[in-house]
Amino acid sequence: MTTGDPILQIIDLQKTFHPGTPNEVKALQGVSCEVRNGSFVILVGTNGSGKSTLLNAVAGAFLPDAGKILLNRTDITRKKEHERALHFGRVFQNPFSGTAPDMTIAENLALAARKGSFRGLGMALTSRSITAFRERIKTLNMGMEDRLDTPIGKLSGGQRQALTLLMASWVKPEILLLDEHTAALDPKTAAKVVQLTREIVEKDQLTTLMVTHSMQQAIHLGDRILMLHQGRIVKDISADEKKNLKIRDLMDFFDEVRRKDLIDPAMAEMLRQNYV
Amino acid sequence: MSLLIGSLIIGLILSLLAMGVFISFRIFNFPDITVEGSITFGAAITAAVIQLDLHPLLATFLGFTGGFLAGMTTGVLHAKFKINSLLAGILVMTALYSVNLHVMGKSNIPLLTQTTLFTYVETLTRSVFPDSETVSLAGWNVQLRDLMTMVVLLIAIALAGSILRWFFRSHFGTAMRATGNNQNMIRALGVNTDWMIILGLGLANGMIGLSGSLLAQYQGFADAQMGIGMLVWGLASVIIGEALINTRSVGLLIAGAIMGSVFFRILVAIALRLGMNPNDLKLITALFVLAALVLPSLVKRFNIKPLVNDNR
Repeated sequence: MTTGDPILQIIDLQKTFHPGTPNEVKALQGVSCEVRNGSFVILVGTNGSGKSTLLNAVAGAFLPDAGKILLNRTDITRKKEHERALHFGRVFQNPFSGTAPDMTIAENLALAARKGSFRGLGMALTSRSITAFRERIKTLNMGMEDRLDTPIGKLSGGQRQALTLLMASWVKPEILLLDEHTAALDPKTAAKVVQLTREIVEKDQLTTLMVTHSMQQAIHLGDRILMLHQGRIVKDISADEKKNLKIRDLMDFFDEVRRKDLIDPAMAEMLRQNYV
Repeated sequence: MSLLIGSLIIGLILSLLAMGVFISFRIFNFPDITVEGSITFGAAITAAVIQLDLHPLLATFLGFTGGFLAGMTTGVLHAKFKINSLLAGILVMTALYSVNLHVMGKSNIPLLTQTTLFTYVETLTRSVFPDSETVSLAGWNVQLRDLMTMVVLLIAIALAGSILRWFFRSHFGTAMRATGNNQNMIRALGVNTDWMIILGLGLANGMIGLSGSLLAQYQGFADAQMGIGMLVWGLASVIIGEALINTRSVGLLIAGAIMGSVFFRILVAIALRLGMNPNDLKLITALFVLAALVLPSLVKRFNIKPLVNDNR
């Protein structure tokens, strides 16, 4: 597979949560897009626009109502979450989601390093694997290399996200899925994790889908922006357009889709009063 | 003294139960009530197989297998059919009551005249010490047979604990622990968490079935009622073990469960010795557990140091 071929194809994906109840949410209303191998796609959108839902649909957290997801031209729409997991590396918004808190740093890394291989009865931690973990963790510069036996629950949110990122990419995934992975961190820590994200993605040329609320990240990271609104892709900004894009422009796009939102119900009400 | 040794032996046998309860309650955070059925199931199968004049080793192994299958059933109900963990256990436990009666054919099978694993220990004792039946230990006369049983069990339980420790430090075992700790995370790493829960509960109840099997052989009977209160018993052992050993190391926690089981059994023996009405045993056990549940916070409040503390 060469750079540029579509690695992920999403075809008319639809999902409604709690259909037929007052809590009905039309999370995805026909999303279609192609992601090329080696590209770094940023997903932005308003709250409830479906950007995280889209990521979770790709990862297999739920089955879509309609539509298809193709990975390397293979249909994975019905594949179970843990089966697809072998193709993806995932980092979640909640720093508590991506690691096992009561297990040590070394044990967590050992679990990640075994992804896709048979998990047999050999020792999970050997002196060789521990050395490898220590060397790699040293490059994070977060002072964790001497704390390999510390349970992850004792680490800060930033340290946990950095480790989760490391774990998600330890076995090179076909696609890295980042779901607002810096949203719960303070700005300084978030910047550090963003820098680490950039390094990891560039080093292995990882195809990446990243959901973010931060316009700054959307501008400075990645080579393509998809803007979602009410379960649809409303804007697809290519690498060329993105080069000259300013935060201001992005905010204007947001205002535009919001204005359309306001007009629609108001118009409907006016039409109803006039003609019904 | 023979009372002390007797309770040490039962404590060691029930430490298998404690290890099983440790796996489901602590590693999987799964309140598994199957215990009360699976310990009887293990005993019932063993008694029935021994009655058929088959080898007691086979009977013991089948007791373990029975418990394993019972635990897997609870796991399937919970993981595949999404039944609440407590209810899944209650369903299997209730069903097992009838199954146990069918396996035994009646509500009680005596094994006193049959060949059990402990008959072999007796034979071993006689061949090692052909001349005497008792030995003087710190002024008490102790049956050599009892002493030998205790030593053999001690070795067997230490072996079982070591195997369990090794298992939970293997690739498969760490993935199992992670399933109990954070299902999302380990699923994202490609592990089928449903099967981890099913196999984990199988392992837990297998050990509990093994405990029931040995208990029936040692006590000389299997009874349909013998499971009642066993969950609380195992839980008490685990909690006492944790009070003694405050750590995250799996190996030490397993050792703690074994120590807790023995310690708890001795406490009960002392209470009975001091004239406690045996009818009150379950009540006292429940009160013991209540005390054990309160103990950790008391330990914290009064700053009592555990034996081992590497909880960083």
